[in-house]
Amino acid sequence: MMAATAVSPGYRVARWGYVAFCVAAFIFLIAPILVLVPLSFNAEPYFTFTEGMLRFDPEAYSLRWYRSILDGDEWTRPLANSLIIGISATVVATVLGAAAALGLAHPAMPGRKIVTALLISPMITPVIIAGVGMFFFYSNLGLAQTHIGIILAHAVFGAPFVVITVSATLAGFDWTVMRAAANLGANPLVAFRRVQLPLILPGVISGSLFAFAASFDELVIVLFMGGLEQRTLPRQMWSGIREEISPTILAVATFLIVFALLALSTVEWLRRRGASGGQRAG
Amino acid sequence: MTSQESPSVGQPPARPLWRRALGPRLRAAGLALPLVAFVSVTFLGPMLSLLTKSFHDPEVADALPETMAALRGWDGQGTPSDEAFAAVAREFVAARTERNLGRTANRVNRVASGMRSTIMGSSREMVDAAAAAQAAGVEMDGAFWRETMIAIDSRWGGPEPWRALEAAGQRLTARHYLKALDFERGPDGGYQRAPEVWRIYVPLFWRTFLVSLGVTLLCLVIGYPVAHMIANSPPKRANVLLLLVLLPFWTSLLVRTTSWIVLLQNQGIVNDFLVAIGLIGDEGRIAMIYNMTGTFIAMTHVLLPFLVLPLYSVMRSVPPAYMNAAVSLGATPFQALRRVYWPQTLPGVGAGCLLTFILAIGYYITPALVGGQSGQLISNMIAYHVQTSLNWGLAAALAALLLGGVTLLYVVYDRLVGIDRIGLG
Repeated sequence: MMAATAVSPGYRVARWGYVAFCVAAFIFLIAPILVLVPLSFNAEPYFTFTEGMLRFDPEAYSLRWYRSILDGDEWTRPLANSLIIGISATVVATVLGAAAALGLAHPAMPGRKIVTALLISPMITPVIIAGVGMFFFYSNLGLAQTHIGIILAHAVFGAPFVVITVSATLAGFDWTVMRAAANLGANPLVAFRRVQLPLILPGVISGSLFAFAASFDELVIVLFMGGLEQRTLPRQMWSGIREEISPTILAVATFLIVFALLALSTVEWLRRRGASGGQRAG
Repeated sequence: MTSQESPSVGQPPARPLWRRALGPRLRAAGLALPLVAFVSVTFLGPMLSLLTKSFHDPEVADALPETMAALRGWDGQGTPSDEAFAAVAREFVAARTERNLGRTANRVNRVASGMRSTIMGSSREMVDAAAAAQAAGVEMDGAFWRETMIAIDSRWGGPEPWRALEAAGQRLTARHYLKALDFERGPDGGYQRAPEVWRIYVPLFWRTFLVSLGVTLLCLVIGYPVAHMIANSPPKRANVLLLLVLLPFWTSLLVRTTSWIVLLQNQGIVNDFLVAIGLIGDEGRIAMIYNMTGTFIAMTHVLLPFLVLPLYSVMRSVPPAYMNAAVSLGATPFQALRRVYWPQTLPGVGAGCLLTFILAIGYYITPALVGGQSGQLISNMIAYHVQTSLNWGLAAALAALLLGGVTLLYVVYDRLVGIDRIGLG
């Protein structure tokens, strides 16, 4: 920071400009998300603040859009689909991803760089490209318009998150500890469970949260490959926005914001725990 | 993988040297193998079928095998042999009777427009002609069909429809790529650049590139001071500020897009506010969404965290002592910023910008929802060809070209930061 010599008026103006600019930027980042929350309690079917809302008239607020989420299966079915697909994909991604990260972190791993690049590639390929390829490939296999097809696709997108977060917890891991465990009579499974698992657990949980969130928010694959039976929450919101935008969507959005907040807090909490765990030996 | 180690204390029992050297390698590789196999099947498989589809198109060749065989020896001048007339007639009449000629006609039409109506129109009359000839006991040989087809549609007497059939019947073909680069078939069968007003894809690639570049620069301009402020705040405040960046990062893309619609639409909050404070009249509401402005604003909002987070982690490691030293040696704060601070943050700037740009270039959902007509990008065209026009070869070629561009950028990224060092926030 350059506060030490804050004397010239020009500097002071620049300093204020900098602060004002940053405040505006933070508002730009967060306000569009927060503005949806009060609007979802609007008693009227409008997407803007009514005069009553601005006067904080309790009459102007209601829970009607939350009730309409539960009416019929317009939103409950997609929510169930999203959960089924998201949880299944997360389980596959977490098991495969955590194992792969353990292998990659091992000093004896052959071809680490190229294998890492391969495993990360689904995450960094634009989804539109992967989506077109998956549409052709899974259609040929008869997996288009099935839950399985979408779960496989989401799992392969989610696995890199697990690989990255678990690898991060293993950075600087002292592998002689594992040999010590073996020498003391632990078989590899016991050594893993007692030594490595507690260490990587925060990374496994963070990674699986990332993977779940990625699946929970994924739309391109669902648009290309999903049929009526595979309508997920994002797919339903997509139709909601394009066809008949009803304020129910704001209530759903608020629910998703709360979900984001919870996921984010958990990951940050785990990160801090991991960071203070003193495992960053390297 | 779980070969039992000896439980005795000290060295495990002697094993052959090659096993001792290979064992840990195999175990490590074995752990990674399931995911490698999974990614190969569920991800590389699709990528391979994307690339295959972009230059392998057997549909017309499979639908009209005899015609293609008969056209093989043709020199492309005048009309082909009588056998070709006979073959095409047999296959048209058969397909027409089974009602599956339409698909083939559509495929040929993509090579030369107008061919659909030529094929469908002629084949209808050819079915009638065949029935009449059979009733009259006339032998339907090549000469008969040559005469009949040219009588039905004089175009069969020239080379153009035959060249179109021949081109559409190529199994391995560059035509999807040529189309994706705005080349079109000339009357002589050769490819040339389409007239400027008819070019679609190259301008769209160019627009996508420019929009991505613009969004990336805008993110940098906004993100640089933001990352600087977070990196230089006391820990408690830094955590709160970081949360303000991470919440949008974690919030559903659909939610963020919805909120921009709510804010920016004609009867939206921003316009309502501007009218209420009298800055614009009720008729003067600004069109901020369903156009390029909407795409730009929403994309910047979505991508900003991807630039701030890598930048922040680099800035956090820049020691403040250098700036203080520069200032105490007489540099103005601005000079110190430009000559001392900025160069030290360049790795973060490079990594963040590249990542943001790569993400922007493949964006689909946001432009589709808030872009209107003028805010569409190449990804929207790819989706259109997958879902609506069903021209999958072209969709594959467009996606493959985009993939080529992205891969190129990742090679740069790899040189700059290392592909295996992509982090998450």
